[in-house]
Amino acid sequence: MTYFPEEVVEHIFSFLPLHSDRNTVSLVCRVWYEVERLSRRAVFVGNCYAVRPERLVQRFPNVRTLTVKGKPHFADFNLVPPDWGGYAGPWIDAAARSCMGLEELRMKRMVVLDENLELLARSFPRFKALVLISCEGFSTDGLAAIASHCKLLRELDLQENDVDDHGPRWLSCFPDSCTSLVSLNFACIKGEVNPGALERLVARSPNLRSLRLNRSVSVDTLSKILVRTPNLEDLGTGNLTDESESYLRLSSALEKCKMLRSLSGFWDASPICVPFIYPLCHHLTGLNLSYTPTLDYSDLTKMISRCVKLQRLWVLDCISDKGLQVVASSCKDLQELRVFPSDFYVAGYSVVTEEGLVAISSGCPKLSSLLYFCHQMTNEALITVAKNCPNFIRFRLCILEPKKPDAITNQPLDEGFGAIVRECKGLRRLSISGLLTDKVFMDIGKYGKQLEMLSIAFAGDSDKGMMHVMNGCKNLRKLEIRDSPFSDVALLGNVAKYETMRSLWMSGCNVTLKGCQVLATKMPMLNVEIMNELDESSEMEENHGDPSRVDKLYVYRTTAGARNDAPDFVKIL
Amino acid sequence: MSTSSANSAASPAVSGLDYDDTALTLALPGSSSDPAAADRKRAHADHDKPPSPKARAVGWPPVRAYRRNALRDEAAKLVKVAVDGAPYLRKVDLAAHDGYAPLLRALHAMFASCLVANGAGRLVDAATGAEYVPTYEDKDGDWMLVGDVPFKMFVESCKRIRLMKSSEAVNLAPRTSSQ
Repeated sequence: MTYFPEEVVEHIFSFLPLHSDRNTVSLVCRVWYEVERLSRRAVFVGNCYAVRPERLVQRFPNVRTLTVKGKPHFADFNLVPPDWGGYAGPWIDAAARSCMGLEELRMKRMVVLDENLELLARSFPRFKALVLISCEGFSTDGLAAIASHCKLLRELDLQENDVDDHGPRWLSCFPDSCTSLVSLNFACIKGEVNPGALERLVARSPNLRSLRLNRSVSVDTLSKILVRTPNLEDLGTGNLTDESESYLRLSSALEKCKMLRSLSGFWDASPICVPFIYPLCHHLTGLNLSYTPTLDYSDLTKMISRCVKLQRLWVLDCISDKGLQVVASSCKDLQELRVFPSDFYVAGYSVVTEEGLVAISSGCPKLSSLLYFCHQMTNEALITVAKNCPNFIRFRLCILEPKKPDAITNQPLDEGFGAIVRECKGLRRLSISGLLTDKVFMDIGKYGKQLEMLSIAFAGDSDKGMMHVMNGCKNLRKLEIRDSPFSDVALLGNVAKYETMRSLWMSGCNVTLKGCQVLATKMPMLNVEIMNELDESSEMEENHGDPSRVDKLYVYRTTAGARNDAPDFVKIL
Repeated sequence: MSTSSANSAASPAVSGLDYDDTALTLALPGSSSDPAAADRKRAHADHDKPPSPKARAVGWPPVRAYRRNALRDEAAKLVKVAVDGAPYLRKVDLAAHDGYAPLLRALHAMFASCLVANGAGRLVDAATGAEYVPTYEDKDGDWMLVGDVPFKMFVESCKRIRLMKSSEAVNLAPRTSSQ
């Protein structure tokens, strides 16, 4: 291959879709490294602190799509204190200096400031797509900058971000010359938008395929918009609380959208809106009703029983087991199901139990991705589910009460989860809950050969549990553990493993400062971050040998060394 | 704010978790018996025990803050609505309506399958012609007729709504407005 001209080598590399494959070929020789790095169009950074931004943009100056992830996953549940880090600024600064051709930026769990968005908007003449997921730190002023200056903008996708509302002005900042929008999602924007500006923007966006509105958009405005978007494929409604006259207009507008395949929103949806959605149902492949506590089991099932082509369904647990049986008998193509809790109190009536899950598993054999919150589970049910659905790739079960045993036998749920890992040979992501002993970890280590991400809460008896996982799960990338009895022994049991993983999170466990220091000393290519609730920083400096318990531990491999933006409560060993 | 009445004695004041309010039930509205008792498979909540500390662990259950905030909209006041004879409950957001008239229209729409409005604007059972009146349980646990107090006061104190047959509602005395 070294006798081929570089253009040929580059062309061959263009057939490698996976980042991992491109990473591999770049290791072969210097020529290949150079060809690969200059022709790389997409870079994925799973941990923003694993590599220095300047280093990355120098290696890949021609990158067009950059994806960066910041805070650890448990930050979603308030386990990571505010101001921990994950700043977008350094990445946007570095790219602005070295990657003029940047077209797409995707960020998840990062702190993005308005000034970062302003720099982004002005620095990349071909910028086309901004996707921000679970980010914070910016306001609608930052969005105004994007709208004003990104002349070729195709995609502005804001998913579940915490955005400060500085008024509706931002939407009006899209110039009249902006006609390139394909995807616009502002569902997480809390404030009003100007309906007229929105209608005009949609009217001049003939390529719009995906539109997700926020709560402030009325049924009337939605109706007017839909008349302009006959090619819309994905719609997130505004609020649906209006009186029934508005729905007649909506219904005739919806009828024109023959390409509509995915629905979400339904903020505060009144049950009277349900029949007006019926004509769409049999085309739908995606339906998200998980923000709609106002629709009950009967409304939901009337809608869902008509959605015979449904592949992805997100609902609240008010759908109940009976409702899930309707899903099972109607939605034979279902691949992804998420059932969220409608109230967060741990004790309570069982609206959704193991019965609903078993029904789904027997009716929907294509099911491969599950997130299921419930009040109770049994081993028997999980064993049945595993047999019915061996194709699970993602299996996340959350029994609301920590350490709750099998609801019938009172035994731990080891057998049930064991069956899942044993039968589902392609399982890549697993979250376990309920009463669990070290036995379940034996099975996870033995059978979880494809497992990449494992989430553990209130589980296990001893260090053996964590050791089974560390030694057995060859493909493990992310391990996150809370409130489980694993100590320094487990932490230090297989230190070389951490080099093959993206990160480890442990909180509420039994690791100590001493153990963490040993880890940091043995593995210089890791950052070992500890966070304690109380400000013990001065104490820690004085008592290096003090075996004080560490509240929160975050370990990750990195080529960047200790980060310089860590707040006071984070100590990097 | 009125003191807790016997109705809320089961829920511990300390946690603020009112199990009665949060327990979703498929039983006929108004029945006080535990509907789950017959079914041994269903573990039912022990309403008398205070929640154990682990039940209130930080970040548990693992639901994103965005989702928690979206479902617990401060401005919303969701209350359950029951109709005598209907097997399930609905919920209405009291804060989403400006006054009694739009609220009653919304209630009507919710139960349009079994109740219709007669000439006098009252809700009647389509089959039997029996008239239904909207009633509500207030903070003190008393059942009152909807419409007797200023709307904002009603929104503040309403815990749940029940569409009751008029024949039964005669026992409810209209409340004199008191603070």
